[in-house]
Amino acid sequence: MPARIALFVPCYVDQLYPQVARATLELLERHGLDVDFPASQTCCGQPMANAGAERDALETARSFVKAFAGYDCIVSPSGSCVYHVRHHYDVLEQTDAVRRVRGRVYELCQFLVEVLHVEDPGVAFPHRVGLHVGCHALRGLRLGTSSELGGRPGGPMRALLERVEGIELVGLDRPDECCGFGGVFSVTEAAVSARMGLDRVADHARHGAEVITSGDVSCLMHMEGVIRRQGLPLRVVHVAEILNGAAL
Amino acid sequence: MNPDSHAAAAASFLRDAERTGWHDRAIWFVRQKRDIAARSVPEWEELRGLASAIKRHTMSHLALYLEAFERSARRNGVTVHWARDAAEHNDLVLGILRARGARRLVKSKSMLTEECRLNPFLAGNGIEVVETDLGERIVQLAGEEPSHIVMPAIHRKKAEVAALFHRTLGTREDPDPAYLAEAARQHLRGLMASADAAMTGVNFAVAETGAMVVCTNEGNADLGAHLAPVHIASMGLDKVIPRTEHLGVFLRLLARSATGQPVTAYTSHFVRPRPGAELHVVIVDNGRTAQLARDDFRESLHCIRCGACLNTCPVYRRSGGHSYGVTVAGPIGAILAPGFDLAAHASLPFASTLCGSCADVCPVRIDIPRQLYRWRQIAVASGQVSWSKRVSMRLLGATLASASRYERAGRLLRRLLRRVPRLIGHPALDPWSRSRELPVAPEESFREWYRRERRTR
Repeated sequence: MPARIALFVPCYVDQLYPQVARATLELLERHGLDVDFPASQTCCGQPMANAGAERDALETARSFVKAFAGYDCIVSPSGSCVYHVRHHYDVLEQTDAVRRVRGRVYELCQFLVEVLHVEDPGVAFPHRVGLHVGCHALRGLRLGTSSELGGRPGGPMRALLERVEGIELVGLDRPDECCGFGGVFSVTEAAVSARMGLDRVADHARHGAEVITSGDVSCLMHMEGVIRRQGLPLRVVHVAEILNGAAL
Repeated sequence: MNPDSHAAAAASFLRDAERTGWHDRAIWFVRQKRDIAARSVPEWEELRGLASAIKRHTMSHLALYLEAFERSARRNGVTVHWARDAAEHNDLVLGILRARGARRLVKSKSMLTEECRLNPFLAGNGIEVVETDLGERIVQLAGEEPSHIVMPAIHRKKAEVAALFHRTLGTREDPDPAYLAEAARQHLRGLMASADAAMTGVNFAVAETGAMVVCTNEGNADLGAHLAPVHIASMGLDKVIPRTEHLGVFLRLLARSATGQPVTAYTSHFVRPRPGAELHVVIVDNGRTAQLARDDFRESLHCIRCGACLNTCPVYRRSGGHSYGVTVAGPIGAILAPGFDLAAHASLPFASTLCGSCADVCPVRIDIPRQLYRWRQIAVASGQVSWSKRVSMRLLGATLASASRYERAGRLLRRLLRRVPRLIGHPALDPWSRSRELPVAPEESFREWYRRERRTR
């Protein structure tokens, strides 16, 4: 059992989806962990870096490393931010602290399955659920097998959800098509982004999903924006909320 | 130029929602065929690894293999030409045609000649150019550019082709594909039989034998090259592979990745000229060695032009090939084009969500998203994005670097979202809100709750 666990709450989750961060914290605590929330954390730097302004993200990335350097495991309800720290922090000088942080940051479900060896989440969620594994979690962190590579999709998120009592995971026409968020892409390429969101949500709706879940709040925020504008009978719920025993 | 050029062109394509859906589904269908074909080969991933390794090896010994190819080709009686850029390529081709008094040139599909803008150049010099690939002929008759490197007319519906053929070839306006294909066949046969010269591209140039391998589905490359007294093959210098046995890797990957076929209907090995005929090859650089010199982008030269990354790209499928404004559209085009002219194509690396599907579908495992990300850094660092975007990123960076500044900004953002969402979310000010609702901002951030509930600092 890892000794010092830190909760990394991405900036927009902290500000706009605090219930996801709370569910993550409570879920980790339910598994008997003593979890710190380092107060000096802000953001991983991805919003600037993906927009091409990696240099404007340097200070944010350094402060991220400083906030989390002392921990054995850093857990986050966001595959995308974890991917950024793991794969794009090569822009920083590779000090011991940077290497430690990069090697010890985990997406929540990955942490539950690979580190805590959780098999049965011990919760119920009797609903028809569409699973959207974010692209950075799927193809960046390899938390599952993409449809391009073929075979069973797998991955820790699906493994945990499949054991949730009463849940019915719906099939999709395009199991892992991007939702179109893409950070600043959602604004700079608003037309393409919105259409991708519409198509992605429609796939879930067509297959009778009541709920779309994901390990990434950014994808859910995008799809929720589409769902509310379209007035569709769908909800978005983060996987941490389901695994923490949320009711609709 | 215009840093938003892809976004603007894409928005214009997307205005026809029904057509966008049709375009997306038509191309997704090809991606699905590719999936089935790839899964039929148990050693698919091993093949991808081999292909990537062969390309990496070849690119790191490129001069050696190009010179070996030149020697082999000369030994076979092929005339070998070298072109530094598009202008040299076009001049060389025109020179060959003029020396033979050629008036009509028939071409099979060649993206390199599109890249070099050969057709308008030759037309301006009195040469009649006839594209013989059906898709290429359609876009040529329509006065358009190809929108896809493998399926040049994929953006055109059957009924539109019927109307085009009716107008240009005098056929009846019948959208039946068999009828249209037969009409094109009859039309092209006559032109090919009376051509003075033929051009083809080159998919693979084998250094050890000098063979130029051309993959087509319509047999038009063979028909053109075998009828005309002169055959000119144009190849990018990235097309060379060391040995014939390597074709066993690439040919298994190419058609499966491109269209889901096990192999193209025709795989033609042009080795030596027919008795009495001439065979030329023009080996073109046109920016490729500059790309080879860029550590971060060298891998983009491994591309075998299968088009799989276009087919899988959710942005390409919904914005159309023309929105990229370059010969090679889609994800691969978005990492190649900035190498030619960053200022002109600075918007392309941003025309992606970095979803990574292109990397997983690529038969030679080019890490396209990584290169998109790198080009973005270069575009910003060299001032190729708008001033407002640069300033906003600097401000965001400064805000997020400090916990206290971040927290103040977060509180302000939530208050604004709660009090005046309609103002923030005005479509004129906020592209997000044109088709999506903004999130509902909570009273309390997570960290505020945490401080209150958990009483830590």
